[in-house]
Amino acid sequence: MSNQVLLCAIDIDKSYAGVHALMSASFELRAGEVHALIGENGAGKSTLIKIITGAVEPDAGKITLNEIAISNNSPRVAKHLGIAAIYQQPALFPELSVAENIAIGLEEASIFSRTDWRARKRRAADLLARVGARIDPDAEAGDLTMPQQQLVEIARALGANAKVLIMDEPTASLSEEDTQNLFAVIRQLRTEGVGSIYISHRLEELPLIADRVTVLRDGRTIDTRVMSEVNREQLIQLMVGRELSAVFPKRTVQIGDIVLELRQFGCSESGVHDVNLSVRAGEIVGLAGLVGGGRTELARTIFGLTRADQGEISLRGKRVNITGAAQAIECGIAYVPEDRRRHGVILDLAISANITLASLDQFSRMGALDLSREREIAGDYTRKLAIKTPTIFAPVATLSGGNQQKVALSRWLVTKPSVLILDEPTQGIDVGAKAEVHALMTELASQGVAILMISSELPEVLGMSDRIGVMRGGTIVATLDRSEATQEKILALALSH
Amino acid sequence: MKLNRYKRELSAAAAYAALLIVVAIIAPSFFSTTNLRDLALNNAPVLLVAIGMTTVILVAQIDISVGSQFAVASVAAGVLAKSGMTMPVVVALVVLIGAAMGSLNGALIGWLRLPSIIVTLAMLVAWRDALRWTTGGEWVQDLPAHFQWLGLGQSLGQWLIVIASLLMLIFFAWTLRNMAAGRAVYAVGSDAEAARLAGIEPTRVTFFVFVLMGALVGLAALLNAIRFSTVPSNAGVGLELKAIAAVVVGGTAITGGRGTLIGTLIGVALLGTIGTALTFIGINPFWEKAIQGAIILAALGSDFVLGRVERMRAAHVN
Repeated sequence: MSNQVLLCAIDIDKSYAGVHALMSASFELRAGEVHALIGENGAGKSTLIKIITGAVEPDAGKITLNEIAISNNSPRVAKHLGIAAIYQQPALFPELSVAENIAIGLEEASIFSRTDWRARKRRAADLLARVGARIDPDAEAGDLTMPQQQLVEIARALGANAKVLIMDEPTASLSEEDTQNLFAVIRQLRTEGVGSIYISHRLEELPLIADRVTVLRDGRTIDTRVMSEVNREQLIQLMVGRELSAVFPKRTVQIGDIVLELRQFGCSESGVHDVNLSVRAGEIVGLAGLVGGGRTELARTIFGLTRADQGEISLRGKRVNITGAAQAIECGIAYVPEDRRRHGVILDLAISANITLASLDQFSRMGALDLSREREIAGDYTRKLAIKTPTIFAPVATLSGGNQQKVALSRWLVTKPSVLILDEPTQGIDVGAKAEVHALMTELASQGVAILMISSELPEVLGMSDRIGVMRGGTIVATLDRSEATQEKILALALSH
Repeated sequence: MKLNRYKRELSAAAAYAALLIVVAIIAPSFFSTTNLRDLALNNAPVLLVAIGMTTVILVAQIDISVGSQFAVASVAAGVLAKSGMTMPVVVALVVLIGAAMGSLNGALIGWLRLPSIIVTLAMLVAWRDALRWTTGGEWVQDLPAHFQWLGLGQSLGQWLIVIASLLMLIFFAWTLRNMAAGRAVYAVGSDAEAARLAGIEPTRVTFFVFVLMGALVGLAALLNAIRFSTVPSNAGVGLELKAIAAVVVGGTAITGGRGTLIGTLIGVALLGTIGTALTFIGINPFWEKAIQGAIILAALGSDFVLGRVERMRAAHVN
């Protein structure tokens, strides 16, 4: 490993709609090193990568390559300078051949020039040989396995003379053997002077591949260490330690009988398996875990959006078989999905229509809607949840994120659920709206609603939950009581062993 | 705020009003009872088809097979009447035949999730050629006396056609606004996945919208056929374009989820009278199609501009 600094990110600031994703984050990559970048969900890893690859423009700070600042960065500029990124899901054109995939972006030719098919194939073969892949350049990319596709992407990056190679969770879906092959390729590149940024949640593989490690937390660079001098526990220690920024309005309420119970519950379609979990009336159960751990998949299976084909689900002690959202609603289950802008609300519809959409039966007789009652209820909830709007007839698209989330919540409160599943209920909304949502959850719990809350924000999970289920690899690996749970414990369980 | 929500409809209405004013100044004879009656009669079937098309487009689908369905239903009406059935039975059967053709579209598009443009293109060709093959291109002639005007006589029959169409318009306009089913149509068209999460079944909604489309085509074909003493086997050519154009001009978003039947009524009226109006003003009627095309483009253009303004406003609020 040489000591020559290759790439530098200096005091990078970036916020999305008032939420700070990066706050004077800095990062340094040397030529010929593998530098691991780790952090919790939302720590700012992806944003930093996007800024380095030019996909996102920083609000402040600069990126330098060989000590020269990159101006007007864009994916095109970054590629030209030799910065290449490989993501968890390979981004090849499945209908094109391997050689063509490698050629795209490498051949600088006008649209009228003739294609030299033979040269194209020869180069592809050369590059593939360099990464040690035995892949036919004529094969269709879509027919390759996932690890083969990754190698093709690395070959393409080499073809572009990449000096900086960014890999985002490249081993997430690789077998042990494929992982070792990939590592061999990365080590080979290291000797050639390529600097690699390696993002992974698999802490145990970092000592095998990384020279140094940088930890991000809440958009800040916490520390950069030499990999051989830190252990797993110290890394976890650095990743958490997030301060409890808000006081959570948690109240002790009367915990009642079990409302929702899952036994060996699973769904092969979405990879959820062997889930055992119960939620009692008045209880808030938090689901923690990393993205990809299966939390949203579990919620969607409980709600009948993907078909459960393992184990059983009971409501108030009675076994039920849920085959769709409509039936789940009838059973008293409500699901406020993550990513409300896409699926939690219907942007074109009026606030009033959104609020009643999941309980149209309640508002209609013989199919005819009672519009005055709809107005009344929508008005009630708009006031109760303090949804800021001039009129309940305004399309939801005109509201801010926090107010949209309140509309999504209202829709499900109208159904009077006994089980309320909240998927990232406060993601991307401002602090005020967040506190209101938390207060509302407490209020609902005190009314005896059983709440299952998915959250990637550990302080929120710790602050709001009575019990915490930690998910990894599609199942709940442990359930912790409020009193025994800490950020370190949860993260240690969520990261694979 | 209220007016703001109907600006698409309002801009179509303004265009129509402008046209009528020009006609009123240059050629007041346009407003003669005979002319208006003929226009109403000619456009009543288009209106019925456009009502169905509005619901289809509201769920973000399209049906280009309505012209061929119309021909099949027309011939069916004639054949059934000739077979000696009473007219109420014929009416019911033709509507059912239309619904059956629609349910075939609906099953393929709703349940099998095939793209509606391809499915209905196939049906457009298939029904038309199947009909040509069955009838050998011959018209249905020697219809019983009670077929024309349903045996009611010309003036009563004419009233019946116009009133039946308007009643349908009012009924479905009310339904879209005031029934749970109407709400489901808008929800599915705006965001099918979000609608599914709210407990609505997009496949079912889509299926029934196409069934309704077919039934309305059946009714339109019947009400059109009874105006004549024979039934042509090539009726309804180009009907799909007329209906889709009227819906779009009336302000319904081609991407689904937004639009009203009042807008569709204005669209049918505007596109349905412009040809005649041009003749009265003294412009060569060969310009009709070109002007219709320009109106459609103008409607889409305003849609684009209004959409951008709205998005900018939404971004501003955020």
